Amino acid sequence: MKIIVLAKHAADPESEIHVGSDGKSVDERGLIFDINDWDRYAIEEAIRLKEAHGGEVVVVGVGSKCEDTLRKCLAMGADRAIKIPVDTGLDSYQTAEVVKEAIKDENFDLILTGLMSQDYNNALTGIILAGMLNIPFATAVTEIKVEDGRIAAKRELEGGLSEEVTLPVPCLLTIQSGINEPRYVSIMGIKRAKTKELREVSVSPATKSLEVEKMYLPPVKKADMITGSADEVAEKLIEIFKERGLL
Amino acid sequence: MRVFAVAEHRRGELNPISIELLNLANSIKGDGTSEAIVIGSDVSAYAEELAKYADKVWKIEDESLAEYNPELYVDVLMQLFSKEKPDIVLVGNTAMGSEFAPYLASKLNAPVVTDAVGVDVSNGIKVSRYIFQGKLMVDVLLREADTYVITIRQGVFKEEQEASGGIVDAGIKPSVTPSRQFVGFVEPEVGEVDISQADIIVSVGRGIEDASNIELAEELASLLGGVVAGSRPVIDNGWLPKDRQVGISGKTVKPKLYLALGISGAFQHIMGMKDSELIIAVNKDPEAPIFGVAHYGVVGDIFEIVPELVEKLREAKG
Repeated sequence: MKIIVLAKHAADPESEIHVGSDGKSVDERGLIFDINDWDRYAIEEAIRLKEAHGGEVVVVGVGSKCEDTLRKCLAMGADRAIKIPVDTGLDSYQTAEVVKEAIKDENFDLILTGLMSQDYNNALTGIILAGMLNIPFATAVTEIKVEDGRIAAKRELEGGLSEEVTLPVPCLLTIQSGINEPRYVSIMGIKRAKTKELREVSVSPATKSLEVEKMYLPPVKKADMITGSADEVAEKLIEIFKERGLL
Repeated sequence: MRVFAVAEHRRGELNPISIELLNLANSIKGDGTSEAIVIGSDVSAYAEELAKYADKVWKIEDESLAEYNPELYVDVLMQLFSKEKPDIVLVGNTAMGSEFAPYLASKLNAPVVTDAVGVDVSNGIKVSRYIFQGKLMVDVLLREADTYVITIRQGVFKEEQEASGGIVDAGIKPSVTPSRQFVGFVEPEVGEVDISQADIIVSVGRGIEDASNIELAEELASLLGGVVAGSRPVIDNGWLPKDRQVGISGKTVKPKLYLALGISGAFQHIMGMKDSELIIAVNKDPEAPIFGVAHYGVVGDIFEIVPELVEKLREAKG
């Protein structure tokens, strides 16, 4: 089975997030970049499918700085990588378009990618790509089995409910976090990754589907903040519990 | 403007997001129309409910549409839209809507935005949404196009505007055999503790850092007479079982006390606990979105505060 994984080099939402001076971008100072968390589960799932059924895992990254993430995927066990050095920002149409162009001769069975990116949370690129490629797809997948040449996938719905669907290959699945336990990168893995192919493909996206007008902090109603030492905070919390008849 | 809303239902229940889409449609349609579309095998009851909030309801019925299938949904919607030209198509940002809407957009070559919390049509189409799991917002201006597809966050457009629309059978049948097949629903696993019944919940997030620290939360919960629950990362890491997950994809809880420890407060989580009677959040990040929903907040280290709290509760109990 030949599997393509789309992995994004993305800013961690737990790092320091500030609006840039232009008011329409994120200030890169304070940001910590790593493989998008959902894509980490996708690359792990692809490697496991390869280990079980044979084949090849090709990881694709979009962005001028995506190399670290591609190297990480190679160190985890991907066979080769394709880097598309264009920055498409929030425009998932552009991302899908350049990926489509870069993988047109790949003859894949399966495309896996994370449910969404941890920075822009669009959950669009994979599905738009499936539309452009005219292949069946499923999102928020929490289990994958290969059965008689078809893919059986469990999709997460609401309230703990899931649905089971089957799809023919080629198809595209977006992966929900928790589907597996992603492996850590080993020293051997990092050494091996250095000898693996990382090819750059230059593709330019056509028209933009959107413009960012403004980025800003969300207007939030703030909680009553309790301050003081841990001892004082604990004291105040117990007072609140007592007032509410919780103790 | 013609604003269409694709209704959602599952297992005999109309999802309330369907009405919320129409509320938004009514507020942006101008001198145009709000039109609901409901797809299924027998949708008359849903259509009647939707007609109270829409200028028109389109029914698309066929045996093969009994269960949601994105290929069939997009197929019948494309047939409808080839005759009835929408300016905007609104879809719920749910497990179902967030799946088929982008595919539909790609087939319509329509600009698409997901998880919108604001739509402004006064000067082009401008959409507001959260990014970075709720820490920032962005306004995007969509390129000019014939049709736009926007998925809408649930719980935002609650203000109802009554209408009295007619119900029309669109007379559309699927024109394709789907390659993706629905096999069946998989019921949630039932564990020994039902957190949705608990009065006091001590809930832990990524900030609990390690499985071995769950014990600390257990200790606090037992002193308070409550149970331990968690947010998505804790369940993903296997530190707590799936039936302890609070959020849209897990359980919705309304306890007397919800103590959120090291939970940043992604929307997915907040939807599962925002109606709790008393919410107290402890997080080291002062910008954590959880403080937007909490009644009381503490910016601090749970590993300093919780042991202190445990000790004082023990003393109080004697």
